[in-house]
Amino acid sequence: MKIKTISRSADTYVPARNTQESAMPRNLDPALHPFERAREYTKAVTATKLERMFARPFVGQLGDGHRDGVYCIAKNYKTTNQIASGSGDGIIKYWNMTSRQESLSFKAHYGMVTGLLITPRRGMLSCGDDKSIKLWSLECEDFGEEVDDLDVYRSNKSSQGLLKVFDGEHGFLGLDHHFTDDVFVTGGAAIQLWDMNRSNYVSNLSWGADNVSNVRFNKTETNILASCGSDNSIVLYDIRTNTPVQKVVTALRANDISWNPMEAFNFATGHDDHNAYLWDMRDLSKSLNIYKDHVSAVTSLDFSPTGQELVTGSYDKTIRIYRTREGHSRDIYHTKRMQRVFAVCFTTDSRYILSGSDDANVRLWRANASEKSNVKSAREQAKLNYDNKLKERYKYMPEVRRIARHRHLPIVVKKALQIKRVELESLKKREENNRRNTREGSVPRVPEKEKHIRGTAIKE
Amino acid sequence: MAPRPASETSKYARDVGKFPKKVSKAKNKRLQQGLKKVDQEYQEFVKSAEATDVLLQEEAGFLEADGPMERTMKFRQDDIVEAVDVGTANKKLDLQLTELGPYTLDFNRNGRKLLIGGKKGHVASMDWRLGKLGCELFLNETVNAVKYLHNDNFFAVAQKKYTFIYDGSGTELHRLKKHVELTLLDFLPYHFLLVSAGYSGMLRYHDVSTGALVSEIRTKLGPTQAMKQNPWNAVMHLGHGNGTVTMWTPSQKDPVVKIQSNRGPIRDLAVDREGKYMVVSGSDKRVKIWDLRKLQELDTYVIPTPARSVDISDRGLISVGWGPHVSVWKDAFKTHQDEPYMTHLLPSSKIEKIKYVPFEDVLGIGHMKGVGSMIVPGAGEANFDAMEINPYESAKQRQEQEVRTLLNKLSPDTIALDPNFIGMVDKKARNVRLNQTQIQDLEDEEKKEKERSSMNSGPSYKPEQTKLKKYLQKNNANIMDARRMRIERNLKLEEERKEKLKAKELEGEGEPDELLPALGRFA
Repeated sequence: MKIKTISRSADTYVPARNTQESAMPRNLDPALHPFERAREYTKAVTATKLERMFARPFVGQLGDGHRDGVYCIAKNYKTTNQIASGSGDGIIKYWNMTSRQESLSFKAHYGMVTGLLITPRRGMLSCGDDKSIKLWSLECEDFGEEVDDLDVYRSNKSSQGLLKVFDGEHGFLGLDHHFTDDVFVTGGAAIQLWDMNRSNYVSNLSWGADNVSNVRFNKTETNILASCGSDNSIVLYDIRTNTPVQKVVTALRANDISWNPMEAFNFATGHDDHNAYLWDMRDLSKSLNIYKDHVSAVTSLDFSPTGQELVTGSYDKTIRIYRTREGHSRDIYHTKRMQRVFAVCFTTDSRYILSGSDDANVRLWRANASEKSNVKSAREQAKLNYDNKLKERYKYMPEVRRIARHRHLPIVVKKALQIKRVELESLKKREENNRRNTREGSVPRVPEKEKHIRGTAIKE
Repeated sequence: MAPRPASETSKYARDVGKFPKKVSKAKNKRLQQGLKKVDQEYQEFVKSAEATDVLLQEEAGFLEADGPMERTMKFRQDDIVEAVDVGTANKKLDLQLTELGPYTLDFNRNGRKLLIGGKKGHVASMDWRLGKLGCELFLNETVNAVKYLHNDNFFAVAQKKYTFIYDGSGTELHRLKKHVELTLLDFLPYHFLLVSAGYSGMLRYHDVSTGALVSEIRTKLGPTQAMKQNPWNAVMHLGHGNGTVTMWTPSQKDPVVKIQSNRGPIRDLAVDREGKYMVVSGSDKRVKIWDLRKLQELDTYVIPTPARSVDISDRGLISVGWGPHVSVWKDAFKTHQDEPYMTHLLPSSKIEKIKYVPFEDVLGIGHMKGVGSMIVPGAGEANFDAMEINPYESAKQRQEQEVRTLLNKLSPDTIALDPNFIGMVDKKARNVRLNQTQIQDLEDEEKKEKERSSMNSGPSYKPEQTKLKKYLQKNNANIMDARRMRIERNLKLEEERKEKLKAKELEGEGEPDELLPALGRFA
């Protein structure tokens, strides 16, 4: 008789001392792990629920904010924690996001600050309605005395920290700096190119007569810039030839432009028709993508440094985040106190979003609503990765999708969304009726991505 | 989403035979890339899972005969106990409990604890290897079935009328008022469902984590004779008095499968851990083996007296308890065996219940005069997965495991014949079968239908029954008298007349008169 039975020794499995870890032998045979799919699915549902439960996108506001609406935010590309903001009463502030306190503030302009940026080398540049562009120092040795908050608002003509003033012929709208060279561009009644070392502008790039409301340099293909104007046009310029290159006119006005930092030829524009559009600068006859969901004009937008996401601020008092390849937002941020949003941007580490709104506050949000900012242990990280994989795997299941998509919306926005849906539907129905009752082919079908385009032009 | 098998021989391969080997070229480039990536990941997974085989620490047992003159079925338990190591020999159990038998028994999920239930009211929970008694109850009431819940801290006992839940120390926690007069209990550990059946022919699912009665199903097949779960898909297999075996899920009111297995009442049944085979014993002295994937009968074994209890071990050994005998069959799923692998006799007793100990080479036997065990080399799974069920878990680990399993409790809706249906495309669904326009047409039609029905909606009346029919229903005895015959004849005539009328109507509808009514009379 040959015989053998299972004889496990408890010594191998039970720890001798209670400080020892007990052995955890694994056997991956699927027979020992029934209901694989159902268990994974249950875990995916739980993970999705937890993600929504822990979604706390709002981090806080910066300092005490401004005293008037915040209309521009500029990031410092050299750091991850410094930003500047400008408000309607002509004050500009430089913030440290780590302490969430302001480090500097200047009374920069009479009237609104319409453009603000941090130059690569020299300091902060601001422009306003008062026909001037001012360069401000960010170095502490340039400041003699401490100035408190009240002093800034008192209009004593202190010129502390002011390095240079450029005088213009008209009020400015929009300002942007070349990524490397000492050149910047301003919008307004005309689009003008300035050299930092000259006191007057170098060239006028205007094409057409209307106001230019915003200008943006391409940060990768650095000699290209784009502008949008009140004649509903988006114009591309090349500063090597000092000329505009091409133009597209859309149905409604574009308010802001953002270049994709990873795909240098793509840019997005936020329009008054509640949508944002993604364009390929090589072919402006149709847009690449449409970002829908807002219920009012998109006033500002910014690509994340990864180029994978886009944040938009809107007149409907909400912020939405889109994945670049998708047409609908993945998240919506709002608070009861946030008013019309006029400036949004990603921080340079793409983990946070800043928003400036009419209620004079600069708000800091997480780009990922449920992400914790702390350093994670390896075990925690492994669990997060596993959960993400599960969510990815089961994202099409109705329950998971429902939970993942659920958002609380302000009643105004929700109502507006419903009304908008009905309106769009009836417009569509009317068009269909029209098509049915006219000669075939007389009402051609226009693709959604071309509908908003009125015309394109290329400068000879 | 669903991966394709790398090599069909690997035990780690999933969804074998469900997918074509070569993926047809998807139109979308990104989709194509994604499919390729999923495929690669899957291949890699199978490979790395196969590589973990070398890390398995234990080896399965075996029993072999020396030369052609020896037969393994002739080995007696005494000889085996002498031959095996001390650790295994200690697992031979023999409790003489002649007073309150016959005894049924249950092991907890990791096989450490034994729960016995004497018909006359003796219930005891114990660590059977250490011989440490957890609790002992004398209920002075019939005990029909005992069952451990998710761990050894709770067990359910089906008593004369109600079913009770006790904790590890024997304190009565709940009286389940809905579960009356039960003979059979089972527990679905991943769904936390206590399943019960009994004299009434009702099948009840009770969620023990929330205390809610999940489902109550009328089997309509009389008292349930046998009940076991399919551990692979949590479908309940029920055996009935007319020899059928039915399979049930909590979400459906009808059985998902109904098999006529034996001629005569089913005595007991068992399903193997991968849900591939089922063994059914009936009062017709036959033990039948069924392939659950094809729902086909594989084999039949005839035994001298009807088998009271059957069980399948983790490694596919079938044990059958009949009269005072236990026979164990090996490799019976592969080929027909001429003789059993092992046999065991309990003189002057009668087997009530046999059950394999999880992760051990031991078979627990509950019989008329107590509880015993039998060493069956090669029965148990040698390598356990400590993340799933751990026989050596500490109290802390048990607590953590309890929380974890509760968090991952599966919904009763996930029980289906194919446990992997989640996340798959339902090919019968309308939006998969049809294209957009067809769906639109169907929806329009449904809308119209709804409108139509709402237009002429009134209170619905039952069609009036004729007096003749009523009489027949009332006096449905098998007595034929003159009146009954007359009534039946009249009824038949009336029905024929009605049918004729109907046919005439239909004819009128079907063929429109070609010659209009004015000329029709000349035709």
